[in-house]
Amino acid sequence: MNGLLALLPLEGGGGYEAPSVESFRFPGIGPIEWMNKPFWQAVIAALLVIGLWLWAARGLKVVPSKRQYFAEYLYDFVRNGIARDILGHDYRKYLPYLLALFSFILVNNWFGEFFLFMLPTFSNVGYAYGLALMTLAIYVVAGFRKHGLGYIKKSLIPEGVPWYLYWLIIPLEFLSNFITRPVTLALRLFANMFAGHLVVLVFVVGGSFLLTYEHNLIYNIAGGVSLLFSFAIFGLELFVGGLQAYIFTVLTAQYVSSSIADEH
Amino acid sequence: MVPHVWVPLESPLGPLAPHHLSEIVVGIVLMIIIWAVLAKKVVPAFEEMYHKRLDAIQGGMERAEKAQSDAEAALTEYKAQLAEAREESARIREEAKNQGSQILAEMREQATRESTRIVENARTQIEAERTQVIGQLKTEVGGLATTLAGRIVGESLEDDARARATVDRFLSELESGALHANQEK
Repeated sequence: MNGLLALLPLEGGGGYEAPSVESFRFPGIGPIEWMNKPFWQAVIAALLVIGLWLWAARGLKVVPSKRQYFAEYLYDFVRNGIARDILGHDYRKYLPYLLALFSFILVNNWFGEFFLFMLPTFSNVGYAYGLALMTLAIYVVAGFRKHGLGYIKKSLIPEGVPWYLYWLIIPLEFLSNFITRPVTLALRLFANMFAGHLVVLVFVVGGSFLLTYEHNLIYNIAGGVSLLFSFAIFGLELFVGGLQAYIFTVLTAQYVSSSIADEH
Repeated sequence: MVPHVWVPLESPLGPLAPHHLSEIVVGIVLMIIIWAVLAKKVVPAFEEMYHKRLDAIQGGMERAEKAQSDAEAALTEYKAQLAEAREESARIREEAKNQGSQILAEMREQATRESTRIVENARTQIEAERTQVIGQLKTEVGGLATTLAGRIVGESLEDDARARATVDRFLSELESGALHANQEK
């Protein structure tokens, strides 16, 4: 008997396949192997984000309609709540990127709770890496644009550090600014989505397995409760999805802000 | 029966290794596309609308301020006009009063003049009539006296020069008759 299945409380496994890392692996839809479910989700999310924003931005009036009021609410959430708060008067230049980032992550995260999709795209770590790399590029370029080559010195040597500590500080700062930041950014998003989806899977897959288990009423009741509880988890996941989109965007703005800050 | 089991050590990164490297590229490409569209279309549209809204609010406030200052100016002007009108009416009243008294004085003067003139005229006329009457009387009294004397004396003195001289003398005596009479007495 396999070691993994032996851990399961069911005698002989009963054909139960626990949700695992393997649940996040999808075959290609279409001829190309990497064009799998997450790929199509990402593409659809991108089209959705673009379409919704173009629709929202159509025929904007000084006196808003109901649709525009809602669009403005979302737009202002990123514009005033994130970009202007953190970046100050330079926010206009970075606003499109932050807005794109927030809406793209939000839509993809909420795919985890939507029928047809039922998978947060960023539970596949590659997409999270992609966005983190984008953010890295954005704040590094922003730093170079603002300070020229002086950005290297500014980002590696904090003010007030004596010269004899440079050998220690420079590698640490490099690690912190150019390695840890994007990695934590990607992993935070990925891990939240991955874990959340895994929990959902456990409750739903395990619950339905127990619910349909033959000749064991206790299992069936436990399965029903677990399925009901999964709705609470869905609610939690909706919240986590929004929160992670917000955090990713806020941190990106924060990193850009520290890159273009006058004093470092 | 060999159940399908995932091998955890497939890669040293475990689930942290992307399934396909293309995922990273796809993520980046999609982000760039969204970014480009938002930067070119959506954000400018919203910002322009905000700008217009700001303009509208500021413009409205400016218009309100202008209207207020206009109203104030109109009020000041109105008050000034009112004061002017009051002053003018007072002036006109004063003038009318003055004119009235002037007219009254003039009329009075004129009336006085007229009455004086009428009195003068009357006096002149009376004088003239008196003179005339006196003249007539002279002749008539002369004739009467002569006739009377002739009757009394019984002779006609009519054609006589002497008689004429007597009459004349009598008349001149008559003219200074009062003194003469007083002397006689």
